[in-house]
Amino acid sequence: MFNFGIWTSEFNNFLMGFLPEWATVLVECVVIALLVLLTYTVLALFYILYERKLCAWFQCRLGPMRVGKWGLLQVFADMFKILVKELISLKDTDRFLFKLAPYLVITSSVVMLACLPWGNGLQIIDYNIGIFFILAVSSVGVLGILLAGWASNNKYTLIGAMRSGAQMISYELSLGLALMTIIVMSGTMNINELVWAQDKAWFIFRGHIPAVIAFLIYIVAATAETNRGPFDLPEAEHELTAGYHTEYSGIHFGFFYLAEYLNLFIVSGIASLMFLGGWMPLHIPGWEGFNNVMNYIPSIVWFLGKSFFVSYVIIWFKWTFPRVRIDQMLSFEWKYLMPLSLFNLILMAVIVAFGWHF
Amino acid sequence: MNLLLEISNNALAVTATLTGIGLVFAALLIAKLISPKSYSVKKSEPYECGIPTRGKSMIQFKAGYYIFAILFLIFDVETVFLYPWSVVMRSLGPQGLLCIGIFMFVLIMGLAYAWRKGALQWK
Repeated sequence: MFNFGIWTSEFNNFLMGFLPEWATVLVECVVIALLVLLTYTVLALFYILYERKLCAWFQCRLGPMRVGKWGLLQVFADMFKILVKELISLKDTDRFLFKLAPYLVITSSVVMLACLPWGNGLQIIDYNIGIFFILAVSSVGVLGILLAGWASNNKYTLIGAMRSGAQMISYELSLGLALMTIIVMSGTMNINELVWAQDKAWFIFRGHIPAVIAFLIYIVAATAETNRGPFDLPEAEHELTAGYHTEYSGIHFGFFYLAEYLNLFIVSGIASLMFLGGWMPLHIPGWEGFNNVMNYIPSIVWFLGKSFFVSYVIIWFKWTFPRVRIDQMLSFEWKYLMPLSLFNLILMAVIVAFGWHF
Repeated sequence: MNLLLEISNNALAVTATLTGIGLVFAALLIAKLISPKSYSVKKSEPYECGIPTRGKSMIQFKAGYYIFAILFLIFDVETVFLYPWSVVMRSLGPQGLLCIGIFMFVLIMGLAYAWRKGALQWK
């Protein structure tokens, strides 16, 4: 497999050649910031088009077709339009919290994006508690949503934010437990080591039954975490107008919109990292020729392909299942998903302790 | 392996955080410069189907959410205890499995108690 780390260390050596060390670090940080910014924007634009096209195809429509070839430029038009819209200032809002909320939501998704492994040697933040760090940062996003709903001084936003908060904190438990099932098998939380541990076979194959159950739990919990699909109660438009971001206008609303799509990509990225091998190509033990052929496909293509596939499944949920009620949603989490994920964790621990996995 | 081997993770995390803040700040700045501005009393009212809002909106709210938040707090703290265990699980062996089995038993009993008491019932 090609290691992108060669390029980055070349770049590092090039800079070290004529700059002092602090300047090198500074330049590299700026380059990383620009790269993250570019990736964030491109992914958000891609995901808006992806969702619009997919939802159109699920309903036997064509989707946006007018602007550009197959409507490819539609998202740019939309983004520009959202940028030139007026930022309406409301009376009686809690101004500081109202403006703080988009910062929290966007920043948490940017930091999570910087944690994902994009390819062999293409990873920015690499703590040894990697996956735990991602979960911790994702909780900050919930805070932003709660603040947005509270500060808007509107009853719709208040109900939307409370629902969103209750939903996200509840499903975070089974999300964490599903990921923990895989950590029990791999024995590490470092993202890079997690990917390398799937060199022989992906975790979903290595851990057989409990890993498959954990994957299913994760997908359901991730759909709820991103406020999508059958769990889009915070934005139930016939009850709550637009949920927690009803009062936000212009680019302020755009931030919540962007963060929502980026969170969709991030949960898909974590699913592909933890269950489907991250950037690791499909390896079957014993089939050396096959494995070598698979290694020729670049690692970034593997990662993006798997992530887009998982996102496709989550978008598919949205256009297949009707929306659930709040009591159904909470009782589904606490009475079914949560005990199931606890038992699944114990099952995985027993399997690992006796060495019954691959 | 990091993208660039010379930078510490904390510096990278700070960079990513500043990137997020910078993104919001820059986009807001552009929007403030090019977006139109107008003022009217009606426009700054809270949105509510055309009728004026009755009373305050920042009110004390349904306790159902509060109970779930407390339950979350309990379980989240207990799952934080489970994370270190899950990393060292292999080296602990069967003894560790037994200990965590007792811990999980208490955890599940807590959930069962909350269930029995009707805390999971949406009222």
